[in-house]
Amino acid sequence: MFEKIILKNIDDPHTASITGYMAVGGYKALEQAVGELTPRDIIDEIKSSGLRGRGGAGFPTGMKWQFASLDPKFPKYLVCNADEGEPGTFKDRPILEHNPHLLIEGMIISAYALQSTRGYIYLRGEYPHAKKVLERAIEEALAKGYLGNDILSKHFRFNITVHSGAGAYICGEETALLDSLEGRRGQPRLKPPFPVNSGLWGKPTIVNNVETFANIPYIVSHGAKAYSSIGVKDCPGPKLFSVSGRVNKPGVYELPMGISLREIIYNHCGGIKDGGALKGVIPGGISTPIIAPENIDCPMDYVHLPKYGSMLGSGAVIVFDDSVCIVKVYERAMKFFEHESCGKCTPCREGTAWMRAILERIERGDASERDLETLHDVAENVAGKTFCPLGDGAAGVLLAAMKIFREEFEYHIKNKRCKAQ
Amino acid sequence: MPQVTADRLRLLRTTVCDLMGLYASRQGVLLPSLSAAEEIFGFVSPEAIEEVSSVTGVPTAEIRGVATFYAMYKTKPMGRHIIQLCTNVSCMIEGAYDLVAYLEEKYGLTPGGTTSDGRFSLIIMECIGACGTAPAMILDTDSYDNLTKDRLDTVLENYK
Repeated sequence: MFEKIILKNIDDPHTASITGYMAVGGYKALEQAVGELTPRDIIDEIKSSGLRGRGGAGFPTGMKWQFASLDPKFPKYLVCNADEGEPGTFKDRPILEHNPHLLIEGMIISAYALQSTRGYIYLRGEYPHAKKVLERAIEEALAKGYLGNDILSKHFRFNITVHSGAGAYICGEETALLDSLEGRRGQPRLKPPFPVNSGLWGKPTIVNNVETFANIPYIVSHGAKAYSSIGVKDCPGPKLFSVSGRVNKPGVYELPMGISLREIIYNHCGGIKDGGALKGVIPGGISTPIIAPENIDCPMDYVHLPKYGSMLGSGAVIVFDDSVCIVKVYERAMKFFEHESCGKCTPCREGTAWMRAILERIERGDASERDLETLHDVAENVAGKTFCPLGDGAAGVLLAAMKIFREEFEYHIKNKRCKAQ
Repeated sequence: MPQVTADRLRLLRTTVCDLMGLYASRQGVLLPSLSAAEEIFGFVSPEAIEEVSSVTGVPTAEIRGVATFYAMYKTKPMGRHIIQLCTNVSCMIEGAYDLVAYLEEKYGLTPGGTTSDGRFSLIIMECIGACGTAPAMILDTDSYDNLTKDRLDTVLENYK
């Protein structure tokens, strides 16, 4: 039986308060870290655990921390990316709204390891309730001496500010997020330099996802070995999957990394709604390529999904049954990408608008077979040619859908209506 | 819609000054300052932009550029209550566009518009992180999910 780490106490209404959190062992890991371990010890333990960032890219967390810790520049900033704006993604929301101290404890331990004195939680603007919960939790942690100017009387100083985004998907990309924190339009920066060396206001900055920070207390208190015994080789630990779409029990599930899509859909989410047939699955949020039903035995992790032509992304599983029109799905998705393109580079700014316009024509029944060729051509000329992953993702997911569901696109053009309806 | 008064402008100025200590640059306070302007005036008014500019030293054109980049800042007066309804993929396949049509049919409310009595404005959202309980919306700062036409009617009744 898999024992949950992150969502273990999520249904306990008391855990949102510091007393409730401490009653289930909260802040013990911080006391242990600050009392018994050096910053180097913690970074080594995180490296040994094999923890990879849970925001989508899957970069090894310990390695990222080490790069920042070796940079002699101060101050060092710690930023929590709580801007989960990828359609389909709502995995961090339960932590933010129901277990905020788990995130805060993870951030304080990380700050101690990195000798950072200032942290920000970049919170998506669409979560007004989470802002209130986090601000209250920060006040509670300050009152208990877990945050502030002399944490646990160890001359360790760290403070956290909650910074609300305002509806810009691109700000989930770490360098655009940093521009936004600096009060600018959120547009991605050229890398290198990477944020670990030159991030917020040009200083070394660690940006980690909410879920990544939520793993830290367990790794410190139980050790890297216990942590890496969960999941699969190269991708250890548990993973939060947010499941939506045509399943009987959508929701957020904490499951071992490497679990198959089939197990998620049929064992945990109760199978397909209304007895429909599975048509396709987006495994990691709308910017990850769709998976055909015959491939749902693929293991859900950063290593295996690329072999099936997709990516784990944020772990946002969207399930489609045979009542769903794939052309309509990608027309709506492309509207999203067009709306959210920051405008910095031409292939993304113009390409997403062009692809959306063609998809609208197909959906409306006004398209010719040549439009399908043009759509394919535009997508191929956007993929791999944009400044950041937004445009690349938009084109990539469309190409995957056109490959797997080619017949459905052609049917739409020929019959001027959807096959699924 | 709150009037632009000297008192309210002073409140915005005080709020922006208080935020200064939290960021390493004056420009860093722009996003929370724009949020504060919205809370005080109901939208990011030209007067609010002038006030934020005078405190931070950031040119008004730059502030307008920031304010219009982000989808959630309102740069024009809105209705008393703001419906932010998601129509992205997970909400779409669970019927969000039927709700958009229903809002137009029953309340005369179109995306980006305001009802003639000024009660509601409607904004179409690009995901609000409630995909598992789709279709969903934020009404002012409250979240509502598993929406149907009936449930929508019931919820809206509570916002006069």
